[in-house]
Amino acid sequence: MQKSDSKEPAIRAAGIGKWYPAGKSRVTALQDINLEVTRGERFGIIGPDGAGKTSLFRILTTLLLPDSGHASVDGLDVVKDFKRIRLRVGYMPGKFSLYPDLTVGENLDFFASIFNTTVKENYHLIKDIYEQIAPFRDFRASQLSGGMKQKLALSCALIHRPSILFLDEPTTGVDAVSRREFWELLKGLQNEGITILVSTPYMDEASRCNRVAFLQDGRIMQVDTPENIRKGFSRKLWAVKGPDILNTLSRLRNMPEVDNAYPFGEWLHVVLRPGAGKPEWPADWQVRETEPDIEDCFIANMKEHG
Amino acid sequence: MAEYVITADQLTRRFGAFTAVDRISLTVGKGEIFGFLGANGAGKTTAMRMFCGLLTPSEGKATVGGFDVFSQSEEIKRNIGYMSQRFSLYDDLTVMENLQFYAGIYGMSRKHIREQGSEMLNELGIYDQRNNLVRSIPPGWKQKLAFSVAIFHQPRIVFLDEPTGGVDPVTRREFWQLIYEAAAKDITVFVTTHYMDEAEYCDRVSIMVDGRIEAMDTPGRLKETFGVHSMDEVFLTLARRSTIAPA
Repeated sequence: MQKSDSKEPAIRAAGIGKWYPAGKSRVTALQDINLEVTRGERFGIIGPDGAGKTSLFRILTTLLLPDSGHASVDGLDVVKDFKRIRLRVGYMPGKFSLYPDLTVGENLDFFASIFNTTVKENYHLIKDIYEQIAPFRDFRASQLSGGMKQKLALSCALIHRPSILFLDEPTTGVDAVSRREFWELLKGLQNEGITILVSTPYMDEASRCNRVAFLQDGRIMQVDTPENIRKGFSRKLWAVKGPDILNTLSRLRNMPEVDNAYPFGEWLHVVLRPGAGKPEWPADWQVRETEPDIEDCFIANMKEHG
Repeated sequence: MAEYVITADQLTRRFGAFTAVDRISLTVGKGEIFGFLGANGAGKTTAMRMFCGLLTPSEGKATVGGFDVFSQSEEIKRNIGYMSQRFSLYDDLTVMENLQFYAGIYGMSRKHIREQGSEMLNELGIYDQRNNLVRSIPPGWKQKLAFSVAIFHQPRIVFLDEPTGGVDPVTRREFWQLIYEAAAKDITVFVTTHYMDEAEYCDRVSIMVDGRIEAMDTPGRLKETFGVHSMDEVFLTLARRSTIAPA
């Protein structure tokens, strides 16, 4: 790895904007993105499909030029210093992008040789991940299951010991068990001092990051630690269970005290209007006050930013 | 729910020496929302393809909408709706063209499509976008529209394969509201998802591990049986029992 300028934040973005042509008009992919990711941090970009996550990742990994603003990665400018940045970062795109007709071993060797290194040199870094796919060393990448492909892609992105790792939706379409395992692997990498920028549409994964940014419609709605985001939820939140979900929902939405009501697992979550008193709950409902989840906060943010 | 819309008895599918679906048995009632859960590679897609008449089983019995999966796959295809996250609508056709295309495949008349279609788009609140290309409508809307298109020909059953993946939390809930409304009209909903909170929205769920159904019940009773508080924990407990290395 090349020595990096440790005074600079790992990632800095100021006023980043990106537009794509759509017929005679244009669509906004990103608008006024300001971001600072500290060295060694595990930073999550949380947002649904179409929020702009991939555009942001491609700009920061020098694969796409921003239309406005500036960004630096490892202290280097994403436009001017793109060649140097590419040597220092690891990038795992959302779409599987290894060579399907090369074996697991061949893919690893190939990526190592591109970066002028060997699998052996940084083996300690990928050991925990690679051991899980080692039995399939001679399988072609196309024969692997989704979870295994992801582990191989992560190994390839790490093979040159990047200082910053960009993971674009590494857990999309992955089952709940494999998702957990993947985040455990990321924790191990953070202990190696690698900065990780990771995007996900799964709100529950926010709590696995040191800080997160909520991205929606190309804008950042909020940046903070998951804990502070939850603490910042200013309304009273109730969990309610009625006999029939559709009926309960429509009754809730007609109550004057209720600002928002939506399903949340086996309960309905009910957000009261600012200053509203406790509604008269029907006698046959189960009702309890509850603490907001990250998803409640995202929903509140969406409502506020309309 | 006495009337069964889907039945399976010891349904099995092998690929060479590998048994992807291993003697699964289940019944799904009319208007029921049935969650079909399992880890990646557990056999969900294979089972779903058999139910949709796209893959002939190796052994066992199954009926969908009263039709036999071995001998009446064409009848099955005409009587179900299907939607997935990966593929739902054609981006370079307009909203109306997509509707005409799908409804036309199911044999609905042009007049019928025009009349019922306008009504459906009105209800969804996107009538004024009917002549816009699907690529130009927001992803969340696309999923809701795809669902409405999938049930437009009034099938008795709709199969949904990870319909809400990557959708924002508000739209995801609006999508489930559409599911509830469809179920209230007696359409049976057979749905897979990786969101465990959505498992809670189902009337019943089954969890597949290594090709077998390891648990099947209401979310409430499953949590009770496993002595846990969320479907996430039920799923983790079961999925960790998997013995097959995912290859």
